[in-house]
Amino acid sequence: MRPAYFLTHLKKDLQLEWRSKDAINSMLFFALLVVVLFSLAFDPTRSVSRQIAGGILCVATMFAAVSALNQAWARELRNQVLDALRMTPAPGASLFLGKTLANFLFVTVVELVLAPVFVMFYNLHALGNGWLLLLVLPLGTWALIVNGVFFAALSIRTRNRELLLPLILFPIFIPALLGMVMSATAILTGEGDAVLWIKMLAAYDVIFTTVCMMLFEVILHAE
Amino acid sequence: MNGIIAEFEEVSKLYGTFAALRKVSVRFERGRCYLVLGPNGAGKSTLLRTLAGLLKPSYGKVRVFGADANTGDAVNGAGQEPMEARERIGYMSHATMLYDEFSGVENLRYFASLYRGRDCVAPEEALRSVGLDPELGRPVGQYSQGMKQRASLARVLISRPELLLLDEPFSNMDIASAHQMLRLLETFRTEHRTILLTTHQRELAEPLADFVLTLEAGAVAGLVEGPYAKGGAAGLVAATAGSGR
Repeated sequence: MRPAYFLTHLKKDLQLEWRSKDAINSMLFFALLVVVLFSLAFDPTRSVSRQIAGGILCVATMFAAVSALNQAWARELRNQVLDALRMTPAPGASLFLGKTLANFLFVTVVELVLAPVFVMFYNLHALGNGWLLLLVLPLGTWALIVNGVFFAALSIRTRNRELLLPLILFPIFIPALLGMVMSATAILTGEGDAVLWIKMLAAYDVIFTTVCMMLFEVILHAE
Repeated sequence: MNGIIAEFEEVSKLYGTFAALRKVSVRFERGRCYLVLGPNGAGKSTLLRTLAGLLKPSYGKVRVFGADANTGDAVNGAGQEPMEARERIGYMSHATMLYDEFSGVENLRYFASLYRGRDCVAPEEALRSVGLDPELGRPVGQYSQGMKQRASLARVLISRPELLLLDEPFSNMDIASAHQMLRLLETFRTEHRTILLTTHQRELAEPLADFVLTLEAGAVAGLVEGPYAKGGAAGLVAATAGSGR
């Protein structure tokens, strides 16, 4: 795969999002709403916050990301752009990787905005190595997006794709979700081994990125 | 005889139980213009999409540039690089196949960059050739239908395809724009490119056609020389007019 093709697709997706801001706006408002509602519903104390914050952050990001992932290929489906892309010499893997990285950046922007709000509402202070969260969030987000973009492509030719995507994605994402939640909780509470879960997340990312890239060409040219 | 550029051999395409193509056997000669006619649902678009490699035939074989249209695998050991055949085809569909949010030139620059290393037409030149202003900054989504059709043709042209598959290129076009497109297609023919064109506006495209291929209910109902065709094509008609229903 030539990096030039991948960068072309990435640049295109970033330009399209910059103009419309559809994905980022919908994800941001949804995720903020979930965080605020959970905070109001449970009114957690500082120690309880540390126990549940990792889970709430992951679930809020996951649901918000799915709303964007459902639309990940919408622009390619509209006007049959995907058929035009299928006829170019650019490998499908570069299209997939460009789309994945673009969506990863969108979700990362949402997480960056969400993080201070989250700390404020849940009155958080990490008792473990807080900097490890800088590894956990990107690794977990990549796990979600790489599978999400792949399964969104798999379900584009189905009638109930909005429903189908979470049904396929969430079970596959469970190991990564577990890794994210356990490592985040270990970092926030200072109890348990976060590094072990981070290693598992990294291995998950490598395996699923490789498999998705290998299979994407088949998905792209399927009828 | 110019040589066969594409060939259907007993091709059927089924959508569930509906047969969009039924045992179609036809050969297309290099440098010729074929007008594909037929009522709605006759299989014209399916024929073009199958030839473009976007649909897999349910039965039979489709060969383009000596390679299997779907896999790019060489036929008879012709040494075809995988997917190379598809790159030599330009396919224009009913839809624009362009991003609504980008302007015409932005769309074409994007697609041109996906043909990296190939001898592409400059996006600005492609737009000018179809009568669109490359400086037009308006997104394609805000173009009129006729402008969208022309931008779509410009996208097809950037890769200098040898085989042009044009599905209803004159739909939604005013008569002046349609004639401009016809003149452009005429220049392609003089460049020995092969054109397959579907349309319901027979009288408009007929002067361009070397052959008229008629489809009915997915089967070839006839392949005859075009009324304005230049000489030398009659042999192909006899060779290729077979189809079983």
